[in-house]
Amino acid sequence: MADDTASERAAHEKMAEGAVLRADELTAGYLPGVNILNECDLYCRPGELVGIIGPNGAGKSTLLKALFGLVKVGAGTVQLKGEDVTNERADVLVSAGIGFVPQSNNVFPSLTVEENLEMGSYQKPKSFRQQFEFVASLFPTLADRRRQRAGSLSGGERQMVAMGRALMMEPSVLLLDEPSAGLSPIMQDEVFVQTRRINRAGVSVVMVEQNARRCLQICDRGYVLDQGRNAYTASGEDLMNDPKVIELYLGSLAKA
Amino acid sequence: MPADMIDSEGDTTAVAAHRTDHSVDARGALSGVEHRPGASKPDPIVVADGIVRRFGGLTAVDVAHVEIQRGVITALIGPNGAGKTTFFNLLTGFDKPDAGTWSFGGKGLKGVPAYKIARLGMVRTFQLTKVLSRLTVLENMRVGATGQSGESLWQAMFAPLWRGQEKRNTERAMGLLHRFKLDTKKGDFAGSLSGGQRKLLEMARALMVEPELVMLDEPMAGVNPALKQSLLGHVKSLREDGMTVLFVEHDMDMVRDISDWVIAMAQGRIISEGPPDAVMSDQRVIDAYLGAHHDTELSEEDEEAILAAAQEEIQASEEESHG
Repeated sequence: MADDTASERAAHEKMAEGAVLRADELTAGYLPGVNILNECDLYCRPGELVGIIGPNGAGKSTLLKALFGLVKVGAGTVQLKGEDVTNERADVLVSAGIGFVPQSNNVFPSLTVEENLEMGSYQKPKSFRQQFEFVASLFPTLADRRRQRAGSLSGGERQMVAMGRALMMEPSVLLLDEPSAGLSPIMQDEVFVQTRRINRAGVSVVMVEQNARRCLQICDRGYVLDQGRNAYTASGEDLMNDPKVIELYLGSLAKA
Repeated sequence: MPADMIDSEGDTTAVAAHRTDHSVDARGALSGVEHRPGASKPDPIVVADGIVRRFGGLTAVDVAHVEIQRGVITALIGPNGAGKTTFFNLLTGFDKPDAGTWSFGGKGLKGVPAYKIARLGMVRTFQLTKVLSRLTVLENMRVGATGQSGESLWQAMFAPLWRGQEKRNTERAMGLLHRFKLDTKKGDFAGSLSGGQRKLLEMARALMVEPELVMLDEPMAGVNPALKQSLLGHVKSLREDGMTVLFVEHDMDMVRDISDWVIAMAQGRIISEGPPDAVMSDQRVIDAYLGAHHDTELSEEDEEAILAAAQEEIQASEEESHG
């Protein structure tokens, strides 16, 4: 077991070299002395689409929040393009190149679509035009609805606004917290397609997802979290066909 | 064999058998029940039909028919957003369905307010505990008692009219606190209890009305592992005392350990019913938890088709909201 951990660490060290975003042995939680995450490792190489899956309460969203400084990291480090950004403020992280899309309340409902996107580029207002074009090319619907209040949009469209806003700063890596949660099945599929298109446009993506199989289908590599620890990492395809993943969700009685 | 030996030996084994046989009895009663959504049960305590609850365009609950067997422990499972808690809220009168009827012990509950449902013997706990933190543990328990004569203004002014009842309530409360090992905390503010102790207090308070059906919403959430075993024991003991238990839970080990029957929900509907092992290996349940299996790569055409379908759905909902 100790050997396993050591060899996993070594593999992580090797692969994480040159990663756009990497976390090493992250320990974090909401209350002092109660750690939700225990020594989690993660890396995302340039251009990679990385998925984080795991059962309810595994610590997926906490891991994402810890990467973005929203949950205090007690031990371990987060590095963005080789720079230590552990526990850095959100606005500093955004200008350094991390985009973050929270799971809920992720648009300003009383502002229009365009104003929401402007909020995304408030640190770099001059590039608004150009980035707006980029976002509109990914989400044509948003261009059509630029004068509409975000609060009047459907859940799927709001998710586009939230993603679009995070893209306004030209992030090197985009963090998505359960983007498909609460959407209709069709809109869920839509979000996965959009995520993949964003990734193809050159943005590295780390996404946490409840729809594990859809996530594994589109991602290059997945992390499986269990009780705040990395259970394992492998290609999306390998994890998709791994019976251990099902066991983690439904117990050892579950069969593939 | 001498008669006295049978007596002494027989007694203890009979007691032991009586203890453990509850789960065997409970499962026995369900042995003839079909493993399918909406299966009819030999002795249902709750029967619900056509329960629908919509939030805007989202149908949170859409249960065609369900029966909850009396005297057994039934688990309600399903991925996040399946509608489990909403369904709980509807059954217990904390929310109103857009359509549907349901009954408890044969009595229709449509339009009956939550507090009356509790008095009828159907009580619940909450995922995020709702203890009254500025009252003591014992006061929390006393509040749980119903039919208190001191609630009437004129009776409240004459202590002899309610003192006896207050005493009986206190005795019952102390008995329950003892059972849940909270008796040493009776004078502490409920707000000072740990998460697990609050869960226990909420369960104990629910028992003040001597319910027939106890509904627990995620009893294990936020409880430390050391308390989990004892909480499990308490839930089982409710069944041993003849109560019916319906609980929502994500901890699959707990579900497997204590439930006689499992009902799985996804996207508001019941998708599977049966004993734990059958439900957890049901392909529909696995798909609900992990998403449908996708063997093939998502092709360019698939992507276009998905985007087109999404566009259509957006248009349709747009027309609906404007028309």
